Amino acid sequence: MKQNNKLSIFLRGLIAENPVLVLVLGTCPTLAQTGSVIAALSMGIAATIVLACSNVVISALRKVIPDTVRIPCYIVVIAGFVTAVQLLMHAYLPDLYAMMGVYLALIVVNCIILGRAEMFARKNNMLDSLLDGLGMGVGFLLALLAMATIREVLGAGTFAGIAIPFLVGEGYSYTIPILTQAPGGFLVFGILIAIVNKIGPKKGEKKRKEFSCEGCPSAHLCGKVSCAENTELVITSEPEVQGTPEGKEGEA
Amino acid sequence: MNKLTVSSAPHIRSSSATNRVMLDVIIALLPTAIAGSVIFGWQAIATILICVLSSVLAEFIYNLILKKEQTVGDFSAAVTGLLLGLNMPANFTEIWWQCIIGSAFAIIVVKCLFGGLGANFANPAITGRIFMMICYTGTVGKSVFPIIGSAELSTGATPLVVLGSDNISSLPSLFDMLLGLRGGAIGEVCILALLVGFVYLVVRKVIYFETPLIMIGTVFVLSLLVSNDPVYALYQVMSGGLILGAVFMATDYVTTPINRTGKMIFALGAGLITVLIRLYGSYPEGVSFAILLMNILSPYIEKWTAKRPLGAKRVKGGTK
Repeated sequence: MKQNNKLSIFLRGLIAENPVLVLVLGTCPTLAQTGSVIAALSMGIAATIVLACSNVVISALRKVIPDTVRIPCYIVVIAGFVTAVQLLMHAYLPDLYAMMGVYLALIVVNCIILGRAEMFARKNNMLDSLLDGLGMGVGFLLALLAMATIREVLGAGTFAGIAIPFLVGEGYSYTIPILTQAPGGFLVFGILIAIVNKIGPKKGEKKRKEFSCEGCPSAHLCGKVSCAENTELVITSEPEVQGTPEGKEGEA
Repeated sequence: MNKLTVSSAPHIRSSSATNRVMLDVIIALLPTAIAGSVIFGWQAIATILICVLSSVLAEFIYNLILKKEQTVGDFSAAVTGLLLGLNMPANFTEIWWQCIIGSAFAIIVVKCLFGGLGANFANPAITGRIFMMICYTGTVGKSVFPIIGSAELSTGATPLVVLGSDNISSLPSLFDMLLGLRGGAIGEVCILALLVGFVYLVVRKVIYFETPLIMIGTVFVLSLLVSNDPVYALYQVMSGGLILGAVFMATDYVTTPINRTGKMIFALGAGLITVLIRLYGSYPEGVSFAILLMNILSPYIEKWTAKRPLGAKRVKGGTK
């Protein structure tokens, strides 16, 4: 059972709570780094490393960090790991480093990492935090890869830089170039979220059930029985606001 | 739930229905389609057909996969396809597969994903055209020239591009512009056929006459003010997709304001943006961008121009 629990912490990040497609965090690198598969892959790996490491450290320090200044503390920890990754990449993978540009440094403010520190690592032990970080990181990586694959294959006719026969070749190119540009990123992102919502955890529908009728702005439009009291309230209060034509005539 | 509220008598009986309106639009577009086919030949017919077929098919397949009620019967997909086809150059051999992608984008992404006809915020045909223009500037942006008396088609600068340059001696005569003997998209060249469609739609009370007139009038007046030359202003009005856009796209029910004041503001804004893009923008043509921008502004125009019941107080956020 315990083993199962650990596994579920890891698996949760992959689909059920996928950071990009379900929690909709980290949209900036998602949109910017999915124009090509290589960029997405390196972004995903770098973010996963930083996420797992920072989750472990923050979890280890969770009893030391004062509650009131926890966000700056998290940022310092995350920035430390990002700098380490940045220096390593600059030394050993200069081409990739040049390709990622500013987005590598921007991992510091990636809301997935900060979000997992705030939501998970500060409440759980180090092993669980490591698994959560890895799961979320891999989920991020998979989402980036899915988006980058769609965008690069359909938009440029290549996969990781290798031309796909029948799509591009000498004298012909059956592609949708807009997908490799920024608007295409938004299009693919929106459609992917829609698909995941449709077949996946149905986030939108669950949310609706959580609401109660009380305080619902459209209670008087919705015919649910539990809203009946609200409905009456709204209807009786309406004529006062409206100042109906009959009222005016009466005054005159 | 879902009770039909029937108000007290009298009730107005009307035969107006979505498919009847759409059928009227198709009939109004027929002269333009025929004129385009005569001017540009088989490539024009093939381009229009592939756009219509792929639009209808896209909607059919989308509804089938998502198990939604089949809405192909309201002809709106056919109208979108027809409009998109008329916005394309008669360049079938190069753009046939791009037409399929553009139609599928217009129907599925712009219309169906937002909830189908009536729920889309932008005109599918306009957005599809812009999508294709951005994707395939080289082929879709090409202006095909008819050569009367021969089956060959040539390409060159449209009147709009010529107007923007210094050398305006190569402009076709105004009479040729009216008949459509010039370069451009299939449906935008024959002004005469477009006007026939306009009159039909107004007579059938499908559209109000103000929207197209104000939009075209704005372009004319602003061009006149800028150039001080009525002939130049006339060329501006008759070139590009202005009349096609003003008559058939700026009058879309779904994506424009409901009441007449709102429609007038919409048309004014669309005309203004068109002129601004044409004269000062980097694109030669701005009608489609203008209409798309005004589509996005439509909810706000609607709010400003909402009719106030007699005696109702104005409260924050519209009338109540």
